[in-house]
Amino acid sequence: MKKVILIALIALIAGAALAAGITLNGAGASFPYPLYSKWAYLYEQKTQVKLNYQSIGSGGGIAQIKARTVDFGASDAPLKKEELDAAGLAQFPMTMGGVVPVINLAGVATGQLKLTGAVLADIFLGKIVSWDDPAIVKLNPGVKIPKQKIVVVHRADGSGTTWIFTNYLAKVSPEWQKSVGSDKAVSWPTGIAGKGNEGVAAYVKQVPGAIGYVEYAYAIENKINYVSLQNQAGKFVKPGIDTFQAAAANADWQNAPGFYMVLTDQPGDKSWPITGASFILIYKDQADFSRAKEMLKFFDWCLKNGGETAKGLHYVPLPANLVTLVQAMWAKDIKAGGKPLWP
Amino acid sequence: MAKLGKISGGDLVFKTLTGVCAAAVLVIMAGLFYELFRLSWPSIQKFGLSFFTRNEWNPVTQDFGALSSIWGTLVSTAIAMIIAIPLSLVIALFLVELAPPIIAKPVGYAIELLAAIPSIIYGMWGLFVFAPYMAEHVQPFLSERLGFIPLFTGPPIGIGMLSAGIILALMILPFVAAVMRDVFQMVPPMLKESAFGMGSTTWEVTAKVTVRYGIVGLVGASFLGLGRAIGETMAVTFVIGNDHSLSLGLFNPANTIASTLANEFAEASEPMYLSSLVELGLVLLLLTFVVQSLAQLWLRSINKGMGA
Repeated sequence: MKKVILIALIALIAGAALAAGITLNGAGASFPYPLYSKWAYLYEQKTQVKLNYQSIGSGGGIAQIKARTVDFGASDAPLKKEELDAAGLAQFPMTMGGVVPVINLAGVATGQLKLTGAVLADIFLGKIVSWDDPAIVKLNPGVKIPKQKIVVVHRADGSGTTWIFTNYLAKVSPEWQKSVGSDKAVSWPTGIAGKGNEGVAAYVKQVPGAIGYVEYAYAIENKINYVSLQNQAGKFVKPGIDTFQAAAANADWQNAPGFYMVLTDQPGDKSWPITGASFILIYKDQADFSRAKEMLKFFDWCLKNGGETAKGLHYVPLPANLVTLVQAMWAKDIKAGGKPLWP
Repeated sequence: MAKLGKISGGDLVFKTLTGVCAAAVLVIMAGLFYELFRLSWPSIQKFGLSFFTRNEWNPVTQDFGALSSIWGTLVSTAIAMIIAIPLSLVIALFLVELAPPIIAKPVGYAIELLAAIPSIIYGMWGLFVFAPYMAEHVQPFLSERLGFIPLFTGPPIGIGMLSAGIILALMILPFVAAVMRDVFQMVPPMLKESAFGMGSTTWEVTAKVTVRYGIVGLVGASFLGLGRAIGETMAVTFVIGNDHSLSLGLFNPANTIASTLANEFAEASEPMYLSSLVELGLVLLLLTFVVQSLAQLWLRSINKGMGA
């Protein structure tokens, strides 16, 4: 009897393993993680192809794809063409989103507080320490700002969200560029640090007078107060799908080597100043033809059919002409054993 | 084979197997030290001793000095020990000497349950319940009354060195109390009854007989707590603020070696950054090693003093 049960168990497990489709492995940025997991879920229901995505941060994603432990890496910080060529990687954008400054300030409605890039940089530099500082009050006539100390909240871990945010601050504040710079992790002049977008959101919600920066979806889902920022055209805009799309619309993807594109501080009346794209990194020379083909089919489905899902989660889907450019790159550069993989 | 004489067959296998396992422990420890040393060598070469004396943690310019992390580890552990050890001692004494069994048993179970709670739960509780409480009630009170002491300065946001130290104390308290209680329970009743028979008060028996008998165990329990507090990661990361700055004020955010490693290791891609983080890990390992060695030396001297 025992033998029968044992054989049945082994057959069951083996059968389950065979029946399941392949599992793709990816790792990287936490910025697009909610979107990738939703897409993976919907795709698995259609095709039995599973995705295992580990949200370990952009730096982790780059390290893992270079170590060849995953099929693809994800990073909010794009790699330059030289670095891509040196590693034999191809890069393409998958989605876009915005980073929003969030605040905890009593008596101020969501999106009501207006800030400029220079003032934002001064707050994060520790030069403006109180909410009723004249620089902030000047931008917000008629808004009753309480007398409260500013508590800066930033990321404790290295992150693509930080990369995008500090890239923006470095563009709008020469002092920020000189004294802090722009990277996935920087030496913050002041403030407390939370782990992940979730950690920053939790701190900002807890501490009165706090200001932090999170990816837009985290601000919406956690119902945190965000600010309006002044963009390059001088207009104050609120974060949202339309302002992110406006920022992305002007980008010249055609002439970007390796799709290297930074979308912060873009021109345009309706552009949100802290927009960013999230990229996928794959090897140009794929080892396994069928596995690589499944991976490209997954990406293709996401790019062509995933738009509504993306919008529902407050991400910006890629415009159609950009999808065409991406797929042209696949056809040209991605091969397995010399044979082109796409279409 | 004949030389091995009386040991043969199953006994030989058993002896070899256990010997190999014991040797494996030493090999693993040596391997750990070697790997950490090897990976942190670039950072050791570049920064040398200034790694321990400078406070600078800049991933952009790749300039690293770990003073704030080391300081944070030492101070948060010190706060935890100052709060937890006396309290554990008192709790253990109460449970063994003074409490009637109807109280001692349930409280004993509760302490063991608390000791088993995963540290991340303490961290979450600390962030959502304890930190706001500190920010609203405790820290303003302390700033008002004791604000002239530089220790009690800093923004009263509930997240900082003091909160981390108190959460650590709450974490090691049940564990140390449980071990101390076991130590006291092992004091032979004969000894205590002899002292009572000669007319000693409960206090005299407790202080001069029970505690003195169990001093070795008490010191051991304290060092167990210390070892746990030094390396504690998740509970501390939630409430310490993770700021690479150095200040005397306990309300300021700070960081420990463990919290820095937890936060930054996964994303660090530059070789010097990684090397510095591994060097931090090496420092923590050496710190633990030194603490344990000191514990052993102290225990040995106590044992000698007691004629053991």
